Amino acid sequence: MEFKDYYAVMSVEKSATPEDIKRAHRKLARKYHPDVSKEKDAEARFKELAEAYDVLKDPEKRAAYDRLGANYKAGQEFQPPPDWAGSQPGRGGYSQSFQDGDGQDHSAFFDSLFRGMGRGQGAGQQRSHEAFDMHGQDQHAKIQIKIEDSYTGATRTLQLRVQTVGSDGRAQLADRTIEFVIPKGIRAGQHIRLAAQGGPGMGNGSPGDLYLDVEILPHPLYRTDGYDVLMDLPIAPWEAALGAEVVAPTPTGQVEVKIPAGSVAGRKLRLKARGLPSKTPGDFYFVLAILQPTPQNEADKKAYADLQTAFSTFNPRFQVEAFDKTPAAH
Amino acid sequence: MQTNFILITPNQAVNLVLEDITELTLDDLCRACNAQADIIIELVSEGVIEGASIAQSLPQESWRFTGMHLHRAKVAMRLHRDLGVNFAGAALALQLMDELEEARSRLRGYAI
Repeated sequence: MEFKDYYAVMSVEKSATPEDIKRAHRKLARKYHPDVSKEKDAEARFKELAEAYDVLKDPEKRAAYDRLGANYKAGQEFQPPPDWAGSQPGRGGYSQSFQDGDGQDHSAFFDSLFRGMGRGQGAGQQRSHEAFDMHGQDQHAKIQIKIEDSYTGATRTLQLRVQTVGSDGRAQLADRTIEFVIPKGIRAGQHIRLAAQGGPGMGNGSPGDLYLDVEILPHPLYRTDGYDVLMDLPIAPWEAALGAEVVAPTPTGQVEVKIPAGSVAGRKLRLKARGLPSKTPGDFYFVLAILQPTPQNEADKKAYADLQTAFSTFNPRFQVEAFDKTPAAH
Repeated sequence: MQTNFILITPNQAVNLVLEDITELTLDDLCRACNAQADIIIELVSEGVIEGASIAQSLPQESWRFTGMHLHRAKVAMRLHRDLGVNFAGAALALQLMDELEEARSRLRGYAI
């Protein structure tokens, strides 16, 4: 297990005041919040930040961490000292802050320091002894699927480690495998709800549901916009100018595309109802992109020179120049 | 973005899957978000989640929520918990993120 430098994670000095720490947390939380951030490793960074803040905002945990941290550097191999468990004031009380579940999975390093004793026989279990019936908690998980899966539908298997309540009223962990169908036409942002596969109910309460939040994996060619699917189709300048028939892939197989003469870059060619399946299926679009060859030799250069001669009156910058001649506003 | 629920009930005996499109009641949404009803009612009154099926003129028992509402409610509650913004601020953030997403997807239409 590696030692984690929580001060470095939060970019604060060891002498930082509680206000400094709160400010740093807010600033970094806005930057890496998974709902807001487009940073690649946002989720991992956010978790790391939450863990660091959990320790540094709490004077007792921070003091305990500081006592330990004096001897370690970030990344160094770490073992909690043998007398660790007995040396902390009020250690049992730490269990309180670990009940809010959502997103609170801290590192092994954190666990070794602040979990353990106060937890385990946690509050959840005590609650299960109480004599009332309660619907189990709904749970959420993400699933990532390919665009192709949405076209054809697919079957997936999910391994779940679930908490159940045994006949003696104690919580137990059990592994469960669920097979479920990804229905045709599923889109990013939708949820698959697996009824009664969430947290266990208490007493005679029914179990909660498991919600799977659907994400569509980025595809090298295709992108989705609601039910519509788009793909950039590169063509040569003469194909755009003169028209052409080219063969191109789609998620439902190759098609022959007729490029109309006089096409411009960005033009969309629609294949009706070849987008994601639905009662009213989406459309598939080829978005034309024009690639011009780089001249390699004299003959190539001459071909471009001939083009220049033929289009001697063509001014690609007419809009730029029109803007430039407009009197300045100030 | 329009989303709905796809309810899938695994039939334990034969592992069949039944599917249906369903909507959530206020109770269902509370459970799905692990939230008290007054939080959801506040999200509706702040306009974090809105729609004809959850109009404030309707009695709360007849409110029906969609997958999009669930998504937005959860994001708003996470922003509140993690960034300390109130629900009006979360509504603004969600609106700006929608606009950003739309702008990004339009940009992708031009990029190669």
